[in-house]
Amino acid sequence: MDMDIEIYLRPPEMETPPYPPKVITLATGKPMVVRQVDRDAVPILLNAVKPTLDIERDYYDIVGARVYAELLGWYRYRVRDEFCLIGQIDGLLVGIVNTRSYSPTVDVSLHTLAIERGLRIGAHLFAAKMEYSIEYLGRDEVLITAESPIGFRRWMIEYGLEKRDGQHELGGATPYALTRALYFRNKDRLVAGERPVPPELMEVAEREIIVASEDDILEKILGAKRRVTQ
Amino acid sequence: MRPVVVAGVGMIPFERRDEDSLVDMLAMASWNAIEDANLGDRSVDAVYVGNMASGLFNHQESVASALVDRLSLMPAAAERIENGPASGGSAVKNGFLGVASGYYDIVLVVGGEKMREVIGPKATDVVACMTHPEAEYIYGVTLPALAGMFARLYMDKYNITQEHLAMVAIKNQENGLLNPYAHIQMKITMEGILTHPQAHINSPIVADPLRLYDCCPVSDGAAAVLLTTEEIAQKLKKPLVKIAGVGQATDTHTLQERSDPTDLKAVRIASQQAFKMAGLKPKDIHVAELHDAFTILEIAESEHAGFFPMGKGAKALADGETRIGGKLPINPSGGLKARGHPVGATGVAQIVELVWQLRGEAGERQVKDASNGFSVNFGGFGNNVLAFVLRREA
Repeated sequence: MDMDIEIYLRPPEMETPPYPPKVITLATGKPMVVRQVDRDAVPILLNAVKPTLDIERDYYDIVGARVYAELLGWYRYRVRDEFCLIGQIDGLLVGIVNTRSYSPTVDVSLHTLAIERGLRIGAHLFAAKMEYSIEYLGRDEVLITAESPIGFRRWMIEYGLEKRDGQHELGGATPYALTRALYFRNKDRLVAGERPVPPELMEVAEREIIVASEDDILEKILGAKRRVTQ
Repeated sequence: MRPVVVAGVGMIPFERRDEDSLVDMLAMASWNAIEDANLGDRSVDAVYVGNMASGLFNHQESVASALVDRLSLMPAAAERIENGPASGGSAVKNGFLGVASGYYDIVLVVGGEKMREVIGPKATDVVACMTHPEAEYIYGVTLPALAGMFARLYMDKYNITQEHLAMVAIKNQENGLLNPYAHIQMKITMEGILTHPQAHINSPIVADPLRLYDCCPVSDGAAAVLLTTEEIAQKLKKPLVKIAGVGQATDTHTLQERSDPTDLKAVRIASQQAFKMAGLKPKDIHVAELHDAFTILEIAESEHAGFFPMGKGAKALADGETRIGGKLPINPSGGLKARGHPVGATGVAQIVELVWQLRGEAGERQVKDASNGFSVNFGGFGNNVLAFVLRREA
């Protein structure tokens, strides 16, 4: 690679403190480890994102395509100041969230991709990335949009987000803001997790990011119809 | 009255079915029931469709007429039967009467609802349309709200705890894992939905004291049964499962007008009627499908139907009597809680499950040696209830 030109193509990066991992006890009673991953994890994550590109339901295809591009862009140094958190149950990847920092005071929430559904995994991971932006990165607010009605209900309505002027960088939709005040008002109700993560759980999570098969991912997202004829 | 036999049953998985219209779903379930009965060249005389709100959910009316055309069953008679969440049960009752009276020989009864076409709050609003317009609805009363108030009173009266409610949810979701037609396929735990310090985030309050996991999901789905005479059924080479008892009773439209809002009088009377007609008692029942739209209802109905003394249903539940393998398995299908509750389909799906159980075709969730089954389909908030007793002939 010709680094003489590459250094001009790569956006600069802010120094940020890491996200301390946490564990959330799900409705199943199983612990989900939520942790930050770095660029090295991206090729594995893309294997989980790829099957969603063909799923129209709940705009998974659009979300999947954009997450794919955002992660790939981050991996190859074409996205500025992105962070990515994942959720794992017994090592299995069950969800991915990402955000981009716009300035030292404002983050832009990118996407929430739940691979396992029906356990509030998307909601838990969304809350985790808000926690990172507000509590650990010290942002004043996070700009948010939603691509699906479910996302709109989960974020805009459940958190009571404030509407903002202008355009969100994801397609120019109306941005909504989670302010520090809104975050702390909702924290007890919506932000779960305990720290530190027990070492044995962390060891399993870090040993390998297990990605379900394409069929399993489709069944998890599309539901029972794939199990029984009709 | 002539004896009435369930000659064929069929279902489609309850879930969110974006790709299928209501009539598609009704047709698929119907074909499954017709195929199960192996009718040969016999024709269906009448079709009854249990459906609560196709107009509001799907902007479509006259679904029974649409269905006979889709199934090419013309000139069979066709009607839609509406009785709120007991529409399916009412459709079965009308089909039963058609055959029992001698007016029809073969009747197809199918129940279905496509609720996921609208968003959750809209679905809740549509279902709330069955509450009293001036005394309830205008004050924002929804079915979860009525169930919440009922639950609080019932829990206080009979010392029922949140743990008991969670036990119903856990049991029925475990059963749902054994039912490939169930909407919810997920094992949950007491820790995850109630006792962990952060369980309130997994299972937030919906209508105090009811939490998310105390409520059934909003589902799409359809189920069908083919009813006929004993004489015809004997030629179809299926185990004979008879509708041995039918009961239906009503109560005041509003909960507030009842002298004791914790008394589910219509459940009690409908159950007594069904048992009397069948010549059986609650102790003779081997498997029951009760209308657990909210966890509290499974406990309350199990008492009002006569399976347990008043106030003892929760103990029976805690003692494991209502699990598969227990003294009286309740909702081996997963019930409304896990199988799902496409409102018009539920009463028919309960009969389908009982027939599978009584024929010994329920797979992993089979209740051993079951020959008598019972169901309650709860309309409104207990103001129009149907009960059925099914019996397998030796």
